[in-house]
Amino acid sequence: MNDAYKPDHAFGFHTRAIHAGARPEPGTGARATPIYQTSSYVFEDPESAAAYFNLQEYGNTYSRIMNPTVAALEERLSNLEGGIGAVAFASGLAAQSSALFTLLTPGDHIVASAALYGGTVTQLKHLARKLAVELTFIDPDCLDNWRGALRDNTKILFGETIGNPGGNVLDIEGVAAIAHDAGIPLLVDNTFATPYLCRPMEWGADIVVHSVTKFVGGHGTSIGGAVVESGEFDWSNGRFPIVADPSPAYHGLAFHETFGGYGYLMKLRAETLRDLGGAMSPFNAFLFMQGLETLPLRMERHVANAVAVAQWLGDRDDVVAVRHPALPGGKYADLVAKYLPKGAGAVFCFDLAGNGHPGGPRGAGMAFIRGMRLFSHLANVGDAKSLIIHPASTTHRQLGDDELHAAGIGPGTIRLSIGIEDPEDLIWDLEQGFKSIKEEQP
Amino acid sequence: MTLASDYQDPETIQRLLHGTRTLAIVGLSPNHLRASNFVGFYAARHGYRIIPVNPREEEVLGEKSYPSLSDVPEQIDVVDVFRAPAAVPAIAEEAVATGAGALWLQFGVISPEGARIAAQAGLDVVMDRCFKIEHARYIGRMHVLGFNTDVVSARREAF
Repeated sequence: MNDAYKPDHAFGFHTRAIHAGARPEPGTGARATPIYQTSSYVFEDPESAAAYFNLQEYGNTYSRIMNPTVAALEERLSNLEGGIGAVAFASGLAAQSSALFTLLTPGDHIVASAALYGGTVTQLKHLARKLAVELTFIDPDCLDNWRGALRDNTKILFGETIGNPGGNVLDIEGVAAIAHDAGIPLLVDNTFATPYLCRPMEWGADIVVHSVTKFVGGHGTSIGGAVVESGEFDWSNGRFPIVADPSPAYHGLAFHETFGGYGYLMKLRAETLRDLGGAMSPFNAFLFMQGLETLPLRMERHVANAVAVAQWLGDRDDVVAVRHPALPGGKYADLVAKYLPKGAGAVFCFDLAGNGHPGGPRGAGMAFIRGMRLFSHLANVGDAKSLIIHPASTTHRQLGDDELHAAGIGPGTIRLSIGIEDPEDLIWDLEQGFKSIKEEQP
Repeated sequence: MTLASDYQDPETIQRLLHGTRTLAIVGLSPNHLRASNFVGFYAARHGYRIIPVNPREEEVLGEKSYPSLSDVPEQIDVVDVFRAPAAVPAIAEEAVATGAGALWLQFGVISPEGARIAAQAGLDVVMDRCFKIEHARYIGRMHVLGFNTDVVSARREAF
């Protein structure tokens, strides 16, 4: 027998980040995963083509549905998350909407954390309107809120490992237990933690979504997303006929019964991705795979730099608060110790005092941005480069102070995404921001 | 206590995948939407000789169907079971009596008693695993659909 795969050794995370999903291509021996820049695939014969289209055989048909480069990324990410498989999408939001589209029908109800990324909140409201689905946002920090929001038609609970930008840490195990008692899955956006810092499925999450644009890619080059599933959820429990019942698109095939734990992902790919079409490009998949190879090394540096910067900010009189979940004595200390022992990510906010600046905290925030040389002023996170944004003058500029407060943001709030530069240089650059505020004071 | 995972040894699974020629499928349905039919179709496509065991059918997937394992007139390498767990101990006894090499119980076919009967008689036993998926994981192409094969290897395979 071929002993290449003798499973006599459990490979570690760093090894799998480099090797999982990327066995050498047998035709050429290419060691890097080739970029299969092709729209379609020649069938061996009519019988094989029929078997692929009937889902009786694993094979390539058309790159909107599957592509070998994208598949290598999917396998690697699902391996690192501890999932049964993954489906990649053109963006994080495409991944998320497709994950929901696969399991929702009109009249269903979603319970979601109110601390979710703003783009996710907007998407959920839009989906709710268009799909005639009901939506309840709750304060995610209290388990009773999740339990209390459940209804007979609730189909999914939705949270983030680390909230953006508030830094809320989700009690994944607690929320998963509430979901499973109700016979529904828990979906967790693990973008900010990455599987290196936290693997939500080890704590009971059923579906994990990613914007791989962020730390997975790690270099701010490409937009992409992915859905990973555990394969553990019982879609045939009577609450999800849309997943479990015979599909009219495949002559009555019952995905969960036929494919078992693989059924949800088969349906996500063979129906939702096929029909909605938000496919990832092979070139982007190649860049994300390369990103994953250094994910553990980069994350170690990201979180160490972030803690160094957060501590430095916390010691300053002109900073009101630093909202980094891993700072000692923080509200989420217990949850960080349980779910994020290697670090609580590298994106966090701090609030400028701003008193003394003629424009108040809002004006001080803009002055701070003007002082930056190294931090890039832009609307993204999770790059090797350090990034900064002042929500009150950019992403949230249409909101008044009261509305900002409701969104967990102050007029002087600055959001940082800490990169992997020398921490001394990041601190030097932030120092220039504080000087810039002083220079604008009368 | 017996757990299904006691009968999911990856080396045993790979040895069976590579060493099997005849696969008797107990409960093979002629309905092409049933999981058993998917597995039979796939196994035949990949060169295994499949032997349907289903008393209600004359022929499935182009092969003669037998009412029971005892009626099969040739050597069986693996008995692959798509039946309710309660039916497994009797199937295991029959598998032992016919001299089959292994008892393979598909997803959800969990029978510690059936597994014990077969294992004590020296048969290899696999439980709560799908023959098609394990083949696709180690030999076939499950990875083309983004599934986690858990296979890590830098070796170049034969083309």
